Amino acid sequence: MYVAVKGGEQAIARSLELLAEARRGDPALPELELAQIREQLRLGVARVMQEGSLYDEELAALAMRQAAGDMLEAIFLLRAYRTTLPRFGYSLPLDTSSMRVRRRVSGTFKDIPGGQVLGPTYDYTQRLLDFDPTAPAAVTPATAPLPSQMPRVLDLLDAEALIERFAPGDDAEPFDLTREPLSFPADRATRLQNLARGDEGFLLGMAYSTQRGYAESHPFAGEIRMGEVDVLVCPEELGFAIEIGSITLTECQMINQFQGGNGVPPQFTRGYGLSMGEGERKAMSMALVDRALRCDELGEASYAPAQNQEFVLSHSDSVEASGFVQHLKLPHYVDFQAELSLLRTLAAQQSATPNEQPLSTAGEQ
Amino acid sequence: MNYNFAFLDEDTKRMLRRALLKAVAIPGYQVPFGSREMPLPYGWGTGGIQVTAALLGPDDVLKVIDQGADDTTNAVNIRRFFARVAGVATTEHTADATLIQTRHRIPETSLRENQILVFQVPEPEPLRTLEPREAETRSLHALADYGLMHVKLYEDIAQYGHIATSYDYPVLVDGRYLTSPSPIPKFDNPKLDQSPALMLFGAGREKRLYAIPPYTRVESLAFEDHPFEIQRWEQQCELCGAGESYLDEVIVDDHGKRMFVCSDTDFCGQRRAEASA
Repeated sequence: MYVAVKGGEQAIARSLELLAEARRGDPALPELELAQIREQLRLGVARVMQEGSLYDEELAALAMRQAAGDMLEAIFLLRAYRTTLPRFGYSLPLDTSSMRVRRRVSGTFKDIPGGQVLGPTYDYTQRLLDFDPTAPAAVTPATAPLPSQMPRVLDLLDAEALIERFAPGDDAEPFDLTREPLSFPADRATRLQNLARGDEGFLLGMAYSTQRGYAESHPFAGEIRMGEVDVLVCPEELGFAIEIGSITLTECQMINQFQGGNGVPPQFTRGYGLSMGEGERKAMSMALVDRALRCDELGEASYAPAQNQEFVLSHSDSVEASGFVQHLKLPHYVDFQAELSLLRTLAAQQSATPNEQPLSTAGEQ
Repeated sequence: MNYNFAFLDEDTKRMLRRALLKAVAIPGYQVPFGSREMPLPYGWGTGGIQVTAALLGPDDVLKVIDQGADDTTNAVNIRRFFARVAGVATTEHTADATLIQTRHRIPETSLRENQILVFQVPEPEPLRTLEPREAETRSLHALADYGLMHVKLYEDIAQYGHIATSYDYPVLVDGRYLTSPSPIPKFDNPKLDQSPALMLFGAGREKRLYAIPPYTRVESLAFEDHPFEIQRWEQQCELCGAGESYLDEVIVDDHGKRMFVCSDTDFCGQRRAEASA
């Protein structure tokens, strides 16, 4: 005999207990401390901060631990917290040209003023699993300190007028994508905001597709730089800017060929990516997708997925995508029942008139 | 840490209420709004939750249903959420509720004035499957150009002999806007027409709100020679004997034996209580 299912409340409570137990793992082992996560899993922390749109290493570490290392869940946790925070104001635009650089490479010039600086990178590690990790050797101090300011590589090209120019202050005040809905067509500032919050995997795939012929834009990594940048705010009651701290950023400026068009002569064009913490893969992907999405503005043929802003911007967000894909596990009994009824009706019609073709093709017989 | 009453801060509630007023003023029109990230996943009712959060007062009595039932896990979870962050009274009885949040059903018990029904909406744009571009669908609405949908329904008739849409069946609100009733079965569509209760729709992920104000004309699209019809069952509810309610089909043994029961658990329970009294 069927008994109407009750007890959702109790089932949820039990599920939460099971989750807590599974998250903690073997209680004989010490629980991860947030400082350990922050210090030893810093790239994960950076990704959670970036896609969670909140620069707070401690909270990102907390989210990672609570999510048992599921990065998308951690990003979701941070977003859901962030949404409750009041806004005190907005910072002044960050000046990445005065970044205290720890890494800086260019794929376009062998040597550049300030030099190529590898910094801490996995690029040349040879990816051999280190079965016996020992304490790292002390870092060899550099023979000379890095210059306090390094000119951006693209500014050097700009001096020769070979690359498109953007005068500072040309842009309209950007709106806040977390407070106002996205509408189309979206301007570049809005697109960049969306990409900055976008899922790294999604952007990586989109960027990769542009390299494989779906909107090829012949990119060169003009400059990638990582380091610390000061954050300045200008409180109304003070009337002058004050520094409230500094954050780690990774910036990527791509240089892309452009045949000319839409009244613009042939020149190099720019794609831009920026990521919190050390997020080089994300910043590079973002820069390629940014450039692909500029197709309309530059009068380029638009045919590839990465050039379609409704396609890219509507599907980039992991919190949106993960929620909607996974909502399919919620009950759909009612709609499924409606479809069952419909299919039975169709099947009954079919068996009542087995020889009759569907009406639309009947004339072709 | 303490959250504000009903989770959202008051500025966000004001933004939502403004958007809702606009939605009520233009029945069926999709109002873009600054949808917030909620502590429940997108696709699980974040739009409905934001609307409910913006409307709840301390004296409200909240009912939450999913598939017509109060005891499905997502309904339980949303009810728990508001009991926790707003401390409001909750109920499973349709008649006792001042605000009902729903996914996929309209209660069988007739709603009355001063009740609000809040729908969770996955895809607010009824034309989306026919035209994926938002910029295009907005201008189709502006021009009231709904030929695409009529052609789609006509093609159903040409192919199957009748319209083959069984849920999320498109409606025309107040003779003007083509509107998605959310994925309710078309069985529930007639309850939208001239409803005494205010009906509000929230799509969190898609960042749209819309409304059907009380006593508004709501027509389900049809043709003169193919009038709108709702689902009917040969069976009756095996628990309460109802013959006029929407039925869920339940598989009861390993041989695939079926039974049919009301999807509206409160309606079914009340009928059984009355019968045994």
